[in-house]
Amino acid sequence: MTVQLDAKIPPGPIAEKWETHKFSIKLVNPANKRKFKIIMVGTGLAGASAAATLAELGYEVEVFTFHDSPRRAHSIAAQGGINAAKNYKNDGDSVQRLFYDTVKGGDYRSREANVYRLAELSLDIIDQATAQGVPFAREYGGLLDTRSFGGTQVSRTFYARGQTGQQLLFGAYQALMRQVDAGRVRLHTRSEMLDVVVKEGRAVGIVVRDLVTGEVSSHSAHAVVLATGGYANVFFLSTNAKGANVTAIWRAHRRGAAFANPCFTQIHPTCIPASDDFQSKLTLMSESLRNDGRIWVPRIANETRLPGEIPEEDRDYYLERLYPAFGNLVPRDVASRVAKRLVDSGKGVGPLRNGVYLDFKESIARFGAEVIEERYGNLFEMYQRITDEDPYQVPMRIYPAPHYTMGGLWVDYNLMTTVPGLYALGEANFSDHGANRLGASALMQGLADGYFVLPATIGDYLSDWLNVEPVPTDDPAFTEIEAQVADRVDRYLSTSGTQSVDWFHRQLGKIMFDQCGMSRSESGLQKALSDIPTLHEEFRNEVRVLGSAESLNQSLERAGRVDDFFELAQVMCLDALRREESCGGHFREEYQTGDGEALRDDERFAHVAAWEWTGDPAQPEANIEELEFENVKLSARSYK
Amino acid sequence: MNVTLQIWRQTGPEATGGFQTYALDEISAEMSFLEMLDILNERLLTQGEEPVAFDHDCREGICGSCGVMIDGQAHGPQPGTATCQLHMRKFRDGATITVEPWRARAFPIIRDLIVDRSPFDRIVEAGGFITVDAGSAPEANLIPIPKQVADTAFDAAACIGCGACVAACPNGAANLFTAAKVNHLGLLPQGQAERWTRVERMVEVMEDYFGSCTNHGECEKACPKSISIDFIAMMNADYVRAKVKNRRLASQKS
Repeated sequence: MTVQLDAKIPPGPIAEKWETHKFSIKLVNPANKRKFKIIMVGTGLAGASAAATLAELGYEVEVFTFHDSPRRAHSIAAQGGINAAKNYKNDGDSVQRLFYDTVKGGDYRSREANVYRLAELSLDIIDQATAQGVPFAREYGGLLDTRSFGGTQVSRTFYARGQTGQQLLFGAYQALMRQVDAGRVRLHTRSEMLDVVVKEGRAVGIVVRDLVTGEVSSHSAHAVVLATGGYANVFFLSTNAKGANVTAIWRAHRRGAAFANPCFTQIHPTCIPASDDFQSKLTLMSESLRNDGRIWVPRIANETRLPGEIPEEDRDYYLERLYPAFGNLVPRDVASRVAKRLVDSGKGVGPLRNGVYLDFKESIARFGAEVIEERYGNLFEMYQRITDEDPYQVPMRIYPAPHYTMGGLWVDYNLMTTVPGLYALGEANFSDHGANRLGASALMQGLADGYFVLPATIGDYLSDWLNVEPVPTDDPAFTEIEAQVADRVDRYLSTSGTQSVDWFHRQLGKIMFDQCGMSRSESGLQKALSDIPTLHEEFRNEVRVLGSAESLNQSLERAGRVDDFFELAQVMCLDALRREESCGGHFREEYQTGDGEALRDDERFAHVAAWEWTGDPAQPEANIEELEFENVKLSARSYK
Repeated sequence: MNVTLQIWRQTGPEATGGFQTYALDEISAEMSFLEMLDILNERLLTQGEEPVAFDHDCREGICGSCGVMIDGQAHGPQPGTATCQLHMRKFRDGATITVEPWRARAFPIIRDLIVDRSPFDRIVEAGGFITVDAGSAPEANLIPIPKQVADTAFDAAACIGCGACVAACPNGAANLFTAAKVNHLGLLPQGQAERWTRVERMVEVMEDYFGSCTNHGECEKACPKSISIDFIAMMNADYVRAKVKNRRLASQKS
């Protein structure tokens, strides 16, 4: 074990930890902030909010995104909402309850201190977003409306129609653009980070490729922040945007940043089932639909009647039957697993028998079609465009799909990775969601990290480097890595193979979904671990990338990303194999109760596994951070 | 189904472009338009021809990355739909489909179907925000906003910044894009403090890059989010008032 996993969790009662910590860490005084340069990679909720806030504080910020504009980041696609413990509904909510729900929802595999801070900051996020003009849904009296989401029994989810991510991202993006206008942020679009530069044990900058001209350049700073999202595209078919990738955090991992709990991936229960093998991605239907839709399958296998012809007594509203207390609002992992079990047993619906019904008939009868349209109109439209079926008339068909990754770079309480000076925010880190993320909590975490946590904690590191200039980019530390990046680009172009990058990506995705997806077993993972390196080797010899490195070349961009997915896939399988328990999104077939519920092993696995790069993707080394639960009692999660 | 594609190919910003014709057979009507282009690219690769470059990302109609002219229509024949949400079932078997990048002077071509839409970011930079530093916001429910106002602001805020409005406009004007942001913020109580400076600056930066609006209404028709042209009228009214108000304020300062 060479990396030190010091989580730096402050002492004291949990409700005072964040305040205590902010008081005890070092600060940079306002006049000195402009002397520090910070690099931000990624412009989603976490990246844009952090970059804007750091610039507001006076730091010099340089922002990089591979998109053509910061506004395209995949946070934009988040639909359902954002949680906050405002208790506007007077239904018994509190910071304590949001904290408890999140720890329990994460199946007791997250850090208590981080989660408590997240719950506290949730209040400020709603204030901040509202002040920025985010048009949250309102009641007729003009005050903010909320709705309920999976895994909770209170109504604490603030939303902006089915476009909450878009509106929150615009708030952060606009705050960022205000700083660009003020000259405190330099923005580089269509620029992909391809490596982190580490000198004398600390992050000193990054190497970037300009996606339009192909130019590889170095950029140095006092600190580097990665807010580059998750890695669900390792499965090829996922709800993530096509461009979402692991490259930034993976290359950082290869430079020494430990990768925590890579096997904790979330399969979202309400997506449109795949329709054929040309499918390029899966489309999510917001979990909020489960508020008013009832999920069911036919009672008998291989049912041939249309949904409207199946009488009530022949329908199985299985979530309501199995989990009466939470019903259709059980957490995502639970809902996904039952759906898979039923589809596997032949009760699937639709032309390919690969879905379950999500039925709005009763809600439409109770509230009227207008109310349902008001709540979900854009989602219904989207569904109809894709499937050519009208969900006001026939039930939607849904099936789980890879959606979010709880794992990510290991960070301490300050959000710093195991490489000093290198930070990770939002989905790119691992810290708050444990083994399963609750709905409407990703937006909350991204914005908490960006608006409030990092701006408060980064000074603790920076203050040691006052009046020290960033390492110049002609330093060998930079030029060597620049050469390596250019070599890698040339390697893809000079491999004269026969198969496209996407072909390999699809094959890898299939292995991962079958063996390391919704359900995992020792034999399946072993098989994946023998198949992946073989396919990776084939990729290295057989991939075909046309065109040049000196111009916009989308296949070339993807080649690098898929290459990284191959390496990540191995550590995901190793992590899943090592974790001999079922918890949250990680379900090992060998570890389940008699009625198919996940069986945790708190004795052996109430910890974080942080993997360290050794140079061989097949042989990473696991480091352990024990999780201590002082405020929440570990118990079997029950939603019955 | 079988289709014939006429696609604009151009290797770089300075290169001369032209249409290339590709016959594409045995595609499914259930495919999205972009999945059809994926298939074309796979087939081009096996023939040793470089794939067609096109911007795309979420493929859910929300990120605003994608967008091409299809048979002369921005985002193609289905109203209120971004290119990624358009499906091949909207075309007939045997159709010839012409695919071009956005056509606007303000959006130079980078490669094939990809254009540079960064002038949109310049417009937002000029004032498309409410100045509120993190940490300084008041309690969210302190300011009630009538539901109708919030809903109308939302209708404007739904803009995805794809650029279809500019591409569809005979003048290459960006008034619908700019008006969407001006009204999103200008309608809300939180946006009042900067309302007049915002509209003045944003409109003037817009005019640096884009053509002028002459009320053709093509933008509204092409908009994948069906944003109303009424917002342009509201922006124009605010702009005129801003000219007077801002000058009066300036005179009081001296």
